[in-house]
Amino acid sequence: MASLVGSRVERKEDKKLLTGRGKYTADVNFIHQTYAYFVRSPHARAEIKKVDISKASKAPGVVAVLTGADIANDKIGGLIAGWRIKSEDGSDMKVPAHPPLANESVNYVGDHVAVVIAESLDEARSAADLVKVDYKILKAVVKTKDAMDSDQIYKDIPKNMCFDWLLGDRAKVKEAFDKADKIIKIDIINNRLIPNAMEPRAANADYNPSTEEITLYTTSQNPHLARIIISAFNGVAPENKLRVIAPDVGGGFGSKIYPYAEEVVCSWAAKKIERPVKWVADRTESFLSDCHGRDHVTHAELAVKNDGTFLGFKNETIANIGAYASVFGTVTPTYLFGPCATGVYKMPAAYTNVKAVYTNTAPVDAYRGAGRPEATYTIETLVEKAARELGMDPAEIRMKNFPTEFPFQQTLVHSVDSGDYNAGLKKAMEMGEYESFEKRKKESESRGKLRGIGFCTYFEACGIAPSPVVMMLGCGIGLWESAEVRFNPTGNVTVFTGSHSHGQGHDTTFAQIAADQLGIPIENIEIAHGDTDKGPFGYGTYGSRSLTVGGTAIVKACDKIVAKGKRVAAKMLEVNEDEVDFNNGEFVVAKSNKKKTIGEVAFACYLPGTYGEVKSPLPDGEEPGLKETSFFDPANFSFPAGSHICEVEVDQDTGETKVVKYTAVDDFGTIINPLIVEGQVHGGLAQGIGQALYENCHYDDSGQLVTASYMDYTMPRADNFTDFNLGFTCTPATSNPLGTKGCGEAGAIAAPPAVMNAVIDAIGKEISMPATAEKVWAACNKKNKNSEAA
Amino acid sequence: MSKVSLEINGKKISKEIPDHTTLSIFLRDILNLTGTHVGCDTSQCGACVVHVDGKSIKSCTALAADLDGSKITTIEGLTTNGKMHPMQEAFKKLHGLQCGFCTPGMVMSAIDLLKNKKNPSDTEIRDWLEGNICRCTGYQNIVAAVKEAASKM
Repeated sequence: MASLVGSRVERKEDKKLLTGRGKYTADVNFIHQTYAYFVRSPHARAEIKKVDISKASKAPGVVAVLTGADIANDKIGGLIAGWRIKSEDGSDMKVPAHPPLANESVNYVGDHVAVVIAESLDEARSAADLVKVDYKILKAVVKTKDAMDSDQIYKDIPKNMCFDWLLGDRAKVKEAFDKADKIIKIDIINNRLIPNAMEPRAANADYNPSTEEITLYTTSQNPHLARIIISAFNGVAPENKLRVIAPDVGGGFGSKIYPYAEEVVCSWAAKKIERPVKWVADRTESFLSDCHGRDHVTHAELAVKNDGTFLGFKNETIANIGAYASVFGTVTPTYLFGPCATGVYKMPAAYTNVKAVYTNTAPVDAYRGAGRPEATYTIETLVEKAARELGMDPAEIRMKNFPTEFPFQQTLVHSVDSGDYNAGLKKAMEMGEYESFEKRKKESESRGKLRGIGFCTYFEACGIAPSPVVMMLGCGIGLWESAEVRFNPTGNVTVFTGSHSHGQGHDTTFAQIAADQLGIPIENIEIAHGDTDKGPFGYGTYGSRSLTVGGTAIVKACDKIVAKGKRVAAKMLEVNEDEVDFNNGEFVVAKSNKKKTIGEVAFACYLPGTYGEVKSPLPDGEEPGLKETSFFDPANFSFPAGSHICEVEVDQDTGETKVVKYTAVDDFGTIINPLIVEGQVHGGLAQGIGQALYENCHYDDSGQLVTASYMDYTMPRADNFTDFNLGFTCTPATSNPLGTKGCGEAGAIAAPPAVMNAVIDAIGKEISMPATAEKVWAACNKKNKNSEAA
Repeated sequence: MSKVSLEINGKKISKEIPDHTTLSIFLRDILNLTGTHVGCDTSQCGACVVHVDGKSIKSCTALAADLDGSKITTIEGLTTNGKMHPMQEAFKKLHGLQCGFCTPGMVMSAIDLLKNKKNPSDTEIRDWLEGNICRCTGYQNIVAAVKEAASKM
């Protein structure tokens, strides 16, 4: 049987999704279901003086109105920050209480105040208008840059600072800077984004009074994590009495990794009223209350020699983490950001200092790339500026500083196991026709357009993560992954994974892996995920980890199946175990015609008795059945890398900027399914270009979210793009047997600096993201001004 | 309340509904045709696109009562005897979908394009699909799928 790994296998999950048979949380309904509608704060910051529910409680169809006081009475715990970061002075990060329904204060527009539960959504929504909340409005803290010098939001958190974190060595950096010929400086903003998975978040919780079990359907990338948090931290139900199901999920991009207030409240309320409680966000609620992404203000410097050699790097960043510390809100701007900020280069000395600040805005957490796009934008903006100031070619300065020997001990944390950065960049330059750029520039000029070219070479740390390492760095959980491979008696297989697919195509990729490992047709393999009652505990899907960590768990479980199969086949074939080989789904004995298929062996494992001529196939002491579980904890992260080259065309009269040519050459290690990997890159690029040119989350000075609909927040659309030109190089990862590195975030990481460097090249002026038509036009039409304010 | 009679995916249906029932709610909550998705409240995202008398519309902002007597096709109505429509086949072949949430609207919208234009260019496809937002695919494989379907229809 030909190997499926590396093949463009069409996706197994597509037929149901294409024919309207997908089942998303909003499609799930229960008999006697009620509908929840949340009363949200219209103010960015206020004290709650009184919540009057008397009118709402009496409104038609209302079943219950629950408030923060009820949450407190029932001792339901608050939402958590999952990663403990320590400040440079050794003190712990400071975290405010985050009750699922606010009790004393509200801290962003959209914060949860009460929930109205009614027989219909219309009735719940109408009654919500009757909940009277008496607020004492306070001055909101909104701007990232000013947060430390603004009014103090929480009593015990001076300067609104969660932590002041340092990675690296300031003294060594100073020494390096003292030796520099030139110091390149930038002040940049990584614009705040709203993830905008197309499926709005939703929950439907059903309580069974006889078993006392809650079943929560939810839009989650990580149902096991939702269960443990809602059980252990919120205390809604013991883990064995809470089943969490994430059915088909319509995209996540980080925003659905962890449970939100709504899932906690629906689960708790369902138990309280002993009826199912359904909630589906409308889009404006999603804008207001989904965790946002990015939002950094950075000053960075690069010390260089005149020949372009990098000597040192400093990074002073203020990261806005919103009103509350979300689950991954504190690790995103620290360990996911700092280590990658020195880029793909040899950098003798470096430090990253991050001051994380609270503001009266929605919590900020992981969004596609999570920390690594911010890191890459910082270093790649600096490197390109260094090339300009030194009069060097942007490719040449990069190649001069690439490491060429692997493993490469990167400056701040990582030991990068494999890579060939020169090969990637050269291939991108060939594919992107770098040599003939000037010709294309002239051609654009002949049409009155400015054309620019921008580079980005990046690496990122994926395959999250070696548990001992991340736990040492403050992570509250392990980040291994699990798999259970279950041969059914008739020879087909169900593979249970602790990761979750919400667009990534695990049903196909994971089945390709299992088919190759077990030598059975892919049609006979079912991938099961997304239900805590099925399969083992796992840590879900994010950080480009599923294939590298979860896929490896599948390989290891398959290895155990084959090992047991060998023992059983040896008994069946009446030979010694070491005489049995396993090839292409058959247990064979060399130099003989003795063989058993894996299906025959599986069947025999389930029928271990002796009857008639059939003798028991099980060796003495062997348990019946054929099912194996594996938990894989990787020894290291994996390190995808790549070179992206972007060309833009700018219309000086309108300021409109278009990406006209985009070449991406990535090294994801071994590729299991190129069709799916290409799709992942395309999607990441669209989000990265979206950040660079279109998307921007904007709060006004009073903390109102101005961009809370698709009419105000610019989502990239089909007509914003041209086809992307993709290429690949391959240096397999050494930290997992598949050799995979992860591909889901690359596009979102590499595109913003590639695009922005191209824009700066085109217009000859520094400009902040997003480079909207308005900003570009202003930059083009302002005389004698080198930089433009954000 | 209004009485509304519609032909949906070839089946005649009559229901008493509140006047403010949108077509998307009618399809999803009353007929359990949950293939039509709702991704926004402002008629922007296009996940809810269905065909009314052969033309694509956004069902989240159409009142079911206004469409009395119409013939409606939803994503569930595209398959015949278990065989997918060439547009659905093309999306599968060329990986034109990832999470699948925008997909029903995208497919319905793309079919309407091909009714009006047999062999659209890349630009024409991208312009037409401007009313359907996809957050996963970067649109490239969607455009390729529409071209593939055009060659098969």
